[in-house]
Amino acid sequence: MTEIEEILRRHAGRSGALLPILNDIQAALGHVPDAAVPIVAEALNLSRAEVHGVVTFYHDLKRVPAGRPVIKLCRAEACQARGVARIAPVFEGDSRILVETVYCLGLCASGPSAMIGERVFARLDEASARRLIDEAAA
Amino acid sequence: MRIFVPGDAAAVAVGADEVAAAAGEGVIRNGSRGMFELEPLLEVETPEGRVGYARVTADDVRSLGPDHPKCVGLVDELPFLKRQTRLTFARCGITDPQSIDDYRGHGGFKGLERALALGPAATVEEVFDSGLRGRGGAGFPAGIKWRTAAAAPSAQKYLVCNADEGDSGTFADRMVMEGDPFMLIEGMAIAGFAVGATRGYIYVRSEYPHAIRAMGQAIETARTHGLLGPAFDIEVRVGAGAYVCGEETSLLESIEGKRGEVRAKPPLPAHQGLFGQPTIINNVLTLAAAPFILAEGAKAYADYGMGRSRGTMPIQLAGNIRNGGLFETAFGITLGELVNDVGGGTLSGRPVRAVQVGGPLGAYFPPAMFHLPFDYEAFAAADGLIGHAGIVVFDDTVDMAGMARFAMHFCAAESCGKCTPCRIGSVRGMEVIDRIVAGEDVAANVALIEELCETMKFGSLCALGGFTPYPVLSALRHFPEDFAS
Repeated sequence: MTEIEEILRRHAGRSGALLPILNDIQAALGHVPDAAVPIVAEALNLSRAEVHGVVTFYHDLKRVPAGRPVIKLCRAEACQARGVARIAPVFEGDSRILVETVYCLGLCASGPSAMIGERVFARLDEASARRLIDEAAA
Repeated sequence: MRIFVPGDAAAVAVGADEVAAAAGEGVIRNGSRGMFELEPLLEVETPEGRVGYARVTADDVRSLGPDHPKCVGLVDELPFLKRQTRLTFARCGITDPQSIDDYRGHGGFKGLERALALGPAATVEEVFDSGLRGRGGAGFPAGIKWRTAAAAPSAQKYLVCNADEGDSGTFADRMVMEGDPFMLIEGMAIAGFAVGATRGYIYVRSEYPHAIRAMGQAIETARTHGLLGPAFDIEVRVGAGAYVCGEETSLLESIEGKRGEVRAKPPLPAHQGLFGQPTIINNVLTLAAAPFILAEGAKAYADYGMGRSRGTMPIQLAGNIRNGGLFETAFGITLGELVNDVGGGTLSGRPVRAVQVGGPLGAYFPPAMFHLPFDYEAFAAADGLIGHAGIVVFDDTVDMAGMARFAMHFCAAESCGKCTPCRIGSVRGMEVIDRIVAGEDVAANVALIEELCETMKFGSLCALGGFTPYPVLSALRHFPEDFAS
């Protein structure tokens, strides 16, 4: 929990600090543990319900760790038009990684596209999708 | 001899970092020229101009020369660029995005200097006279918004830049932030000065880590040069994967640290916005247009365009298209010119069957409607919208009933849950489309989906539920054969 306290210190006095704090906790721990909710609530003078409400609203914030490397695959219209349905089974069929659907990475003339952490990948086909999974799982 | 390799996310996603590493030290990481089929596009400065090499790999770098098979010649002469009128994107891809001197050397900060000379009231009128309309999608006149906030009495006003570019088929905001961040800073400084806001926020979606870094770095540079400070400062806020936070009131809730739920209007944000104070919220492209308008004058901007759509629009060609990318041009160009002449038709080589204009909440149009001019009113009259000007092209393998169902599915996945037509209507909408596709009582269910769309359109609090009917009804109207089992 020292990490959480350090994050709270970093944002002390900032207006509207809740989302930046939760984003930082998610980045540091890979999820926002339920045990963090009362600590954050106390620090920001909010109710636990308010913090819980924010944690469960945003797609990026997870209450449990993924347990595997996460690959975000864009399934929005532009990537659909460029054939993401053809490569999606490659991701879905590999239990070494967890594939998450996202709607748009802003690479809409270069899809299908995916994201691992802050790294982006485009023009994916079945072969490059397999290489990406192997690299993420390694 | 200067060498350029884009640092734009769409170039990085196809190997630009490896190419830049191979090109060695001193390589400039420019923004993208917006020709994504050519990325990574390495450019070499020559006495004749910049020579480009398309789809370069790290292995190619040693052997580049005018006879190299990947050489595309002078980049400025490429037809895709030559046909454009780049006012907002005049520098993107040309300059070093993180060099404030390069920005100034290419006409940067002239707009801010003129605004400071004119004074706040005249700056607002200049933007009003330019006819600039909100580029985020709603198309509301920027000058009226600025006037309202300028007139609101308050000790603290805020300026918020909406960079939550969530529409599929759009990437212009991202390109501005990564390729010309000082232009956005200048635009925000002009707006802040005009309305009397001392604090600015840029709300960037978390899917854009490159843009977040680029903006943060440029803001830091602007501070050290005294361009940002106590009189007006900017902070980057990062979203957390909620599409609805692109809606302005939901975005304000999110900055305040709350669930991104839509607020009922009135009060308008210009009266009572962020932290209850008068707030201007503009899209990246709206604010990015301000430096040109102030530097060159309202008339220079308003001379472009048609009808009530003045100036230029950075149009984004996406999906199954041969020449995808950023195409800035005056309003009035037809949809067919954009898709076929500029875009070169589909990437797959199959016939174009449908295009969706304006993101996931925009209508689908068949090639029979390619005569439509790119103009807010013309698209509204055709039961569509231009939105943030993304065009997603589909070939003849598309299943339009599937796309209509996806529109409802997307609305259900991204609904903030506050109003019933959006939260419940989207789920019921999916079910009704499933029944139509299964051939159950088709006529009655088609009537039902039309009625449901009517309810969503007029009963929803914001555009998510309110505009989801556009893709659904346009698919049903223009492609009825896909709904018959």
